[in-house]
Parts: sequence; structure tokens; C-alpha cells
Amino acid sequence: MNDKLKNTRDEIVRISGVNPKKCMKCGKCTATCPAFDEMEYHPHQFVAMVENGDIQPLLESESLYRCLSCFACVDRCPRGVEPAKLVEAVRLTVIRKKGGNRLKTDDIPALLDENIPQQALVSALRKYAK
Amino acid sequence: MKVSYFPGCTLKNKAKQLDIYARKCAEVLGITLEEIEAWQCCGGVFTTSRDEVATKLSSVRALQAAKEKEQVLVSVCSACHNVIKQTNHAMQNDTEFADRVNRYNDVEYDGSTKVYHYLEMLRDLVGMDKIKEKVVNPLNGEKIAAYYGCLLLRPNSVMQMDDPENPTIIEDIIKALGGVPVIYPYRNECCGGYVTMDDPEFSRKKSENVVVSAKNGGASRIITACPLCKYNLDKQAPDIPVVYLTELLAEALGVKEDGDER
Repeated sequence: MNDKLKNTRDEIVRISGVNPKKCMKCGKCTATCPAFDEMEYHPHQFVAMVENGDIQPLLESESLYRCLSCFACVDRCPRGVEPAKLVEAVRLTVIRKKGGNRLKTDDIPALLDENIPQQALVSALRKYAK
Repeated sequence: MKVSYFPGCTLKNKAKQLDIYARKCAEVLGITLEEIEAWQCCGGVFTTSRDEVATKLSSVRALQAAKEKEQVLVSVCSACHNVIKQTNHAMQNDTEFADRVNRYNDVEYDGSTKVYHYLEMLRDLVGMDKIKEKVVNPLNGEKIAAYYGCLLLRPNSVMQMDDPENPTIIEDIIKALGGVPVIYPYRNECCGGYVTMDDPEFSRKKSENVVVSAKNGGASRIITACPLCKYNLDKQAPDIPVVYLTELLAEALGVKEDGDER
């Protein structure tokens, strides 16, 4: 792992507050994740890849945008690892970069329908843009 | 009794029934919801990263406003409640975060405001007996599916509303109103949430699971406290009404006005 990736990994661990070393690799987070079959890297793989410093594939993965932040993995982990917080930290690492927004404000009008609640817009902007 | 009330952005627009009937029913039950002055949007979702400060200031200001009035803070939108409660928990338990937040504020906020969801207000400040007593149009055994979704219950270490895997708070209220709660497997699984803005087909599948599960349980209506859950479920539920829990409460307490009661 080069210095740049090591710094990125350390920052992800720091801002998430997650200790990936606590993981015992039981896979319960992935088993309970409602998005697992839409993800290229499943929650338990996120934890292992961050621990191993295998960060670059995560930074480029669509899986970052499938996490629903439903906290099923957080509540059901027998070791209190909290994988969703790690996914969030990796996603923020991408989005905080200049030009890194997933959702562009100009794209929003096309996504609207008559019934969409304001909550959907503010939540999506918070998750997909800085 | 008076409580501070944080309605939230959607309750002023697409989810007016959630707001209007929350206020009316609270009055019937002896509680006045006093709207916080100049509140700001909670942002819809709590960002778990500890270095994210600015996006949590609106919650801190609402919490501080309630503290100054020596009131508890109540919200009825599941998302607002989740964001405000998680922010309050961080203010109590993460001193580094709290210090950074308080650098933005005129006064230091210490995390001491008590945060209630409207459901907790009904259970803990009103009580099921009082609700039963005030029912004028009982639900007459109608089978109702309570949809919790994720925001009310998780993370349980912070939310502390109920047993996160086998909650009863909404079912107890349905019973108090004379209905029969339907217990179905997907009641505390996610509806697909905000991902509907990024991948609608994925959200559609998640909502469909919930609606099918509730219908298989024999429900004639689904109730929720979350405008985004309602939006997602509505799209998959052409043959089963999805209504706000405050609407159901208003029907039973006799304060629903639009004449389309059951």
C-alpha cells in the first residue's frame, strides 16, 4: 500500500469511528443487508478491504451508492463493527473531492414527479453530494 | 402540557396530513405541540462520520431551542426524529464533536434535551389508557399493518424506542384504537429510501417486498410515520391504502375533517 492510499485508509477509519479489526468475518452483515444483491462488494467485504488497505476498488465501486443507511448491519453485527459507518466514510471520501458529486443539482428536475417528498431530495443531496 | 415541536420540511408540503393531525390529536390528548421558531431542515439523513459538523447544526439549534423553554422535543417525521436523536446522542457522547459544534453556536449546548418521537409521546407522556378513553370512532377490528421501516428503530443503541426486532409500540396504539395489528416479516425492513433518486428499480423491489408482506398478512391498510416510506410504498400499493399514523389516530379520535372516513 502506498502512502497516499494508507492515508486514505487511516482517514476512513478515523472519521467512521469503526475498528475493522473487530470483525470475525461471520458475514451476518451481508446476510441481513437489503442491498447485498445489488452490491459488487458486500458489507463484510468492505470491512475486510478497508482493513487490508484494498481501498482503490471501493472508491470506484457503485456499491457505495446502493447502501440504504438502514443500519440493519449495524444493529445485527454480533461484534459491534458497524459496517454502514465504514461505507459512509468511503462514500464521503469520494464525494468530498472536487467534482466528486454523484448527484448534480442540474439533474434533479428530471428525477421529480408530482408526489415526491422534499425528504427524498434533501436525503439524496446529503448522501450523493457535498 | 406543552412540548417543543419540530415539524420538518416535508410536513409543511407533501406530508401535511402528518403535521395537521399530529397537532389536532395531541390537543385531544392534552398536549400542545409548540412549533420551534425559525427551525431549519434536519437534512433528512444523519451522516455518521464524526468529522461532519455543519450538517448537524440545524438539529443542535432545535435541541437548544427546546432546552431554553425547558421542554422535551417532539417530532413525528421518522427522519427528523432519527437525525435529531442521533445528533443529540453525539453531543452527549463525543466530546470532540460537541466542542466543534459549539464553536459555531452563541451558547454551548450540552445534549440535555429529551427527544421524543410522537409515538413515544403517545406511549410515555399520554398512555394507552388515555388514548382508549378518547376514542370516539373505534376501528372495529380493522386489520392494520404498522410499517416501522428503519429510521424509527435503528441504530437501537441510540434510538431506544422499542425492541428493534420485535417492536410493539405502533401495534399497541392500533389496539388502543380498536384495530387488530398485523404482524408481518417486512415491517422493520427498509423501503428503499433515498436510493429511489439514484436507482428507482432497486427501491421498487424493496417496497414491493414490504407491501406484499403486509397484504399476505391480511392488512386492509398500512400505516407509517415517514413521508419517504409512504412515497415508496404508495407506488407499489395500488390496491391497499398507505396512510400516516396520525390520520388513523385522527379518525379514531374523531378529528378527521375531510369526510372520507372509512
